[in-house]
Order: sequence, then structure tokens, then C-alpha cells
Amino acid sequence: MELYALLKVIWWLLLGVLLVGLAVMVGMDMGVGAALRYLGRTDAQRRAALNMIGPHWDGNQVWFILGGGAIFAAWPTIYATAFSGLYVVMLLLLWTMILRPLGFEYRSKLPSARWRALWDWGLFVSGAVPMIVFGAAIGNMLEGVPFHFTWDLQSYYTGSFIDLFNPFAILCGLMALALALYQGAAMVMNRGEGEIRERARALGSAAGLAALVLFLIGGFWLPHLPGYVIRAGAAPDGPANPLHKSVAVLTGAWMDNFHAHPLLWLLPGAVFAAVLLGVWALRRGHSHLGWWLGAVGWACTIGTVGAAMFPFMMPSSSDPSQSLTVWDASSSELTLIWMLGWTAVFVPIILIYTSWAFWVMRGKVRPEQVEADEHAY
Amino acid sequence: MHDLQTVVDLSRWQFAATALYHFLFVPLTLGLSFILAAMETVYFTTGREIYREMARFWGKLFAINFALGVATGLTMEFEFGTNWSMYSRFVGDVFGAPLAIEGLMAFFMESTFVGLMLFGWERMSRGKHLLVTYMVALGSNLSALWILIANGFMQSPHGAVFDPHTMRMQLTSFTDLIFNADAQAKFVHTSIAGYVTAAIFVAGVSAYYLLRNRHVELAKRSFRMAVLFGVFASIGVISLGDALGFVSGSAQPAKLVAMEALWKTEKPPAGFNLIAIPDQAEQRNLYELQIPKVLTPLVTHTMTEVIPGADAIEREAMVRMRDGIPAALALRRLSADPNDAAALAQFRAHEKDLGYALLLQRYAPDLRKATPADFERAARDVIPNVPVIFWSFRIMVAAGFAMLAYLVLATIYSLKDTILDKRWLLRLAPWMIPVPFIACEVGWLVAELGRQPWTVYDVLPTWMSASTHSVGYMIFSLTGFVLLYSAFIVVEMYLMVKFIRLGPGPAPDAAGPRAAGRAEPAAV
Repeated sequence: MELYALLKVIWWLLLGVLLVGLAVMVGMDMGVGAALRYLGRTDAQRRAALNMIGPHWDGNQVWFILGGGAIFAAWPTIYATAFSGLYVVMLLLLWTMILRPLGFEYRSKLPSARWRALWDWGLFVSGAVPMIVFGAAIGNMLEGVPFHFTWDLQSYYTGSFIDLFNPFAILCGLMALALALYQGAAMVMNRGEGEIRERARALGSAAGLAALVLFLIGGFWLPHLPGYVIRAGAAPDGPANPLHKSVAVLTGAWMDNFHAHPLLWLLPGAVFAAVLLGVWALRRGHSHLGWWLGAVGWACTIGTVGAAMFPFMMPSSSDPSQSLTVWDASSSELTLIWMLGWTAVFVPIILIYTSWAFWVMRGKVRPEQVEADEHAY
Repeated sequence: MHDLQTVVDLSRWQFAATALYHFLFVPLTLGLSFILAAMETVYFTTGREIYREMARFWGKLFAINFALGVATGLTMEFEFGTNWSMYSRFVGDVFGAPLAIEGLMAFFMESTFVGLMLFGWERMSRGKHLLVTYMVALGSNLSALWILIANGFMQSPHGAVFDPHTMRMQLTSFTDLIFNADAQAKFVHTSIAGYVTAAIFVAGVSAYYLLRNRHVELAKRSFRMAVLFGVFASIGVISLGDALGFVSGSAQPAKLVAMEALWKTEKPPAGFNLIAIPDQAEQRNLYELQIPKVLTPLVTHTMTEVIPGADAIEREAMVRMRDGIPAALALRRLSADPNDAAALAQFRAHEKDLGYALLLQRYAPDLRKATPADFERAARDVIPNVPVIFWSFRIMVAAGFAMLAYLVLATIYSLKDTILDKRWLLRLAPWMIPVPFIACEVGWLVAELGRQPWTVYDVLPTWMSASTHSVGYMIFSLTGFVLLYSAFIVVEMYLMVKFIRLGPGPAPDAAGPRAAGRAEPAAV
């Protein structure tokens, strides 16, 4: 394989890693936020739940920010086309996510019960809505999005905002929310005690099972969706220009990769195995194991989507030949090489100090402890 | 055409509003993180509790400010894509890299360690906590470095070339991208401006306590550290500002024209307009107070170099537009047939002026039919908004020197330990707090309005950079941002003022009498 083609595939895989990082780490915090009012019945319990992720939510959120930056650097055409095309959805995502830092930081700064209740709802919205949007965005990628380019590669989105919330996309959105609730519940079990831990156990098990049901429905739905196939052009080592290929749309084509490479069935299989085991682990109180199994579940879910779509990244439903694929939406070879170097150096460093941060802050968070600490959320 | 212009204008308003708003919180983070680190360093080396109290108290205010910096930063990371899709696609290969590295190298560091800094006081040794605090400071400052490298590319593009097969700028040298003189000067200028901001903030709040005779020990020490830190920083800001002016004067002559209201090219050495009322339409100053012969040495550091005025810049732009037309026409043919060798040769012969042809295209969609009137209108665009830039620049410089003067006086009396007698100086301090924020904001106006009509100088015009949204979408999103952000700033200011009024938390029982019983140290 040519170096440039290889780099494109590596960056496609790295995009997957980023999405998994985002889904697991940000999803966990959003799950806690979305379930805050359920997990904690009293103010002290809610504060305890918030402080379990308190020292980490900001670092975790960088997975989301890095997601934006890395897509910009490695897949600039996707960055430009997807984020402008899905404009109102992006606004919904940003406007709700902006509430989160303030919810964490400002909620417990004032004693007023109304003030705190207001931010509790803020944290609910800023946990649930972004996860639904995240899942729905992936659903829309699977379905194809109506956009096209002019000759100078200015992109135009021709659908409406409501189209983005179609039934399949909502299904994907709800599944993302369910997995996030699962992940958040596992975290709260790790660091919580008593009532909070019990409620997290119930929530985590229910959310895990719900995610599996939704995944199963999606799996039966997928063969009935239009899939995309490259007919000509789009050489793997060709220049990043999406105008010079032809693409066919065939119902069920998203299953082609699975038929061609049966080993790929392991990915959806692993989603089932991991989340089922995870639910079992949570029920038995092995919440750390449950957390890691949830992460595996996320990774294999995203892997399943990637395996179905490869090499497509953002298919165009209105002008399929202008779809964005791994072969024609990336950065130049030089940029991909440089970025790979930076990633290879910094990701291990990030993992080391992130692990250290979790290690330093390990242990149970008790409501009494939180009340006594003037720095706590 | 009209619609497109409205969308571009609204997109600019939105970006300006969200970016300027974001930058209300960034400078304080940049500077206060180092002041926290300095306080904690003293705590680490001397073991005196009061410095720990200082670090914790200012850390609380830091966190209130930091939250909004993070929240509004989310918007920035995605706004290039949501609202400037042509720009993002056109330069993402180059511009995206520093943004991604910013995430990898800086944001993770800053955000992971800030949690430990705020929550980890009881869980780490003094040394480890100090290290964590330094990591926060380093992380936030590194993030400024990378975003300003990205911005430097917009101001003075280096290390990339337009590729006709992908219709975008592509990286040719990563080191040229990083070691861009504009980016380097601007990084130092901007981050040190953040140090001055934090110094003035800490001094202002401390003076508030000193005037009311509250938390005197803590406030006196904080005040002294802040003004000392600030005096060096403000000297740095001013000298780097001069370096930046020197760099951008040669790289962006049109920006210089706007900063100095220099309509006509003068025989060197040119005079410096201390005050002027520029008239953009007439291209002259209705009034000017000029100091003769000062501008040339100020800007070029020579007495003989010619500084091109608006007239010369417009003439050159016309020439470059005409030269760029064949490149733009060849691109269209290359898009239809990437193997068209004749078109490629034509493109190569004229590629250096492609950006100017694109500038002209705003008025002449079919470049083959461009009229002299089109050329003239496009040439007019090359000169950015002179009145706003001229005055923003002067406000920034005046604010800079005012802060320097204040900090010098405050440092002298603080070191002589007579600051408590200088009530007027203390009374002035809280009123100084808005000054650095205003200076930072107008500084950005100079930098970014001065870059117009380009998003990437000489390469990509602003008029074609925006996403193709409808006017309705843009009104919706701009309104949403304004409402949301206005609500946030009310909440932030309320909490900030409340926690400043509350002051440092009730001193721990053990620390109270011990700190009070200690003799006043002469210096930090």
C-alpha cells in the first residue's frame, strides 16, 4: 500500500479512537449529569455524585475538543462540510454543552435551593441532549446527508434541520444516551456508597439492557437502509478531492463489508458480549469491571459503524458521487505524517497523567466529606 | 449577492462576538495561573501558611473565571467549521494542525491538572501540588502558543502553498508554520498581556481589602506580588508590541496604513499621526495632529525606508488582481479536468496573485468580464476600516502605558512598604481592573479588523470564506449566542463580585493565630 493511503487508514482508525475516547470519557460525565436528579435525592447526595467526576470532567471534555481539532487537522473537508451542514444540530450541541462547565463550577457556589435546582436541570440538559445529538449525528452519517459541492469545493447543505432528527437517527441518539447512562452509573458505583450506589446499580443495568435492545433494532434496520458503493475513481493514494469519482446507492450495501470479511461480525458480537457481561458485573457489584466492559461496548459499537461504512465517512444522499470517503477527504500526506508524530508522542503522555489524576483522586466520595470541603462542587 | 454579503457580515459579527467574549476570560487564566504558581512556590519554599491561603483564595476566583473560559472555548473550536466552512476546507490542512496540537499538548494538560489543583490540596504532598499548579500555568500558556501559531498563519501565511488538485492550501514546511515571526511575536505579546491583566486584577481586588482593612496580611502580600509581576510584564508587553508592529508593518502594509491613518505615501521619514479623524470614503484625515518624521523610525527602525500609504497599496492591488485572473480561470478548467497540462501551466505562472483575483471576483463573478469599476471597488476593499483600527490601536497603547505607570508607582510604594499610606493609589486600583480587559479586546480588533479583507492575508478573501447558511439561520444563531452569553456574564460577574466581597474563607483555626503572631516580612 502507498504511504499516503496507509496514512489515511491510520487516521481513520485514530478518528475511531478519538470518538471512543470522547464517548467513554465525556459520555460518562454526561451520564452522571443526565441522571443527577435520579441518582441523588438530596442536595448532599447530588453534590457527592458531582464531586465523583468533579476533578475529571474538564480533562475528559478535552476528548471532545480534541475531536474537533483532530478532525480539522486530519479530515478538513469533513470538518468543514459536516459542522456547517449540521448547523442547527451543532448549535444545539454547543449551547447545551456550554452549560456544563458552569453547572459544575457554579451550582454549589450559592446556597439557594432554587439556584441549585436550576443548575441540576442545566446539567440534565447538558448531559442528555449532547449525547442524543452525538448518536443522531452518527445515525445521519449512516443514512447519508443531503449536501453537494460547487466546482471550487464550496459546500451546500440542502436538507432541513428537522430531517436530521429522523427515526433512525433518534434510535442512534437514544442508544448513545443509554450507553452514557450506563458508563456514568458504573462510575458512580465505583466512587459512591449506600443509596447512591444502589440507584446507580439499578440505572446502569437498565441502561445497559436498553442499549442492547436499541442496538439490536438498529442492526435489523441497517440492511434496509440505502448503502453506498464506490464504482470508479477515488484512488486510495489520490489527492483529496471528492469531485472525481462515481458512487452507487444500493439498499443493504452497508452489509457488504461484513459479507466480504466475516471476521467483522465479531464487532457487533462483542457489543453484546461486553454490555451483557457488564450488566452482570454491575449487578454483582463489580463496578470497575463493569466500567471497562462498558468502554469495550462503546468501542465495538463505534467499530461496527466504521466497519459498515468503510471507506465512506460522510455519504451525500443528494449527490452520492460527491460523498466524502477515507480516500478523498483527508489532509495532505505531509500534514498526516506530522500529526501522526505529535499524536504518537503526546497520547501516551496524556494517558499517563490522566491515569495519575484518577489515581490521586481515587476512593469513595461521601456526602459529609463534600459538605465540609469549601472547594468542592 | 446581497444575501451572501449579509450572511458573511453576520458570520463575522458572530465570530467577533464569540471570540471577543472568549477573550474576556483567557487573559486572566494565562496570568493568574502563573501568579498562583508563584504564591505556591513561596509557600513551598518557606512553608508559611498564609501563602497557601493566598493560593487557595485566588484559586477560587481563578476557577470561576476558568469555567467560562472553557465553556466559551468550546464554541471556538467548532466555529470555523460551522460558520467558515470554505475557510476551513481551504486552509484546514495547515490551520487545523496547530489546533489539534493545542488539544494534544495544552488543553489536556491544563484541564487535567486544573482538577487536581482545585481538588487535590489534601491528597498530594506540597511539592506535587506545586508541580500540578505549574502544569496548569504551562498548559494554558502553551494553548496560547498554538492558537497564535494558527492565527499567525492567517496574518502572514508561511509554510503552505495552494494545490490546484485539491483546491486548497497545503502544508509545505511545518517548521515555517511554527517559526512564523508574526506568530512568535504575537504569542509573547498576547500571553504577557494576560500577565498584566492578572496583575491588575489581583492588585485591584487586594487594594479593595486594604482600603477596608480586611485580610490585610493576605492582601498586602498579594498586592506586592501582583504589581511586581505586573511591572515586568507590562514592560514586556510594550516592547513585544513594538516588535509585533515591526513584523506586521512589513508583512501587512494595509494594516499599518489603518493603524496610522496613512492615506498618502510620504517621502521618508514620514510623520506620525498622534490624533486623527480619518474619513474612509474620502481617504483622508479630516483632522490630524502630526509629529513630523517619527513614524518611519518607529515602524521600520530606519530613517529612509518608504512606508506605502493607502494609495500605493491600492495601485499594487490592481496590478496583482489583473495578474491573478489567469490563475483563477485556470483553476476552473483544472477542476473539470485535473490532467489539463495547459491549464496547470497557466495556473503556475500566475498563482502568486490568485488571492487578488478572488478578491476581484466579489464584484466580477465572471472574471473575464471585469470592468475598471470592478477593479476599483475591489482595490478599495484592500484598505481595512481605518477609523476603528486607528483608534483601537491608540486606546490599546494608552492603556498599556497607563498600566505601566500605575504598576511602577505601586511597586515602588509596595516595596518601600508605604503603600497603606498611599490611599489614592489603592483607591485607584479597583478602577484599573477594566483597563487591561479593554486593552486586550481592542488589541484583537486591531489584529483582526486590520487583516481584512482577508481571512488569510493575500490568499483567501473574507467574502468567500463563510458557510453557505441562510440569513435566517445566521440571525437565529447570532441571537442565541448573544442571549446565552449575556446571561452567563451576568452570572459570572455576580459570583465573582460575591466571592471577592466574601474574601478569603474563614482561616483554618490552626493558621489564624500563627499567621497573626508572625512579624511582617520585609519583602516577598
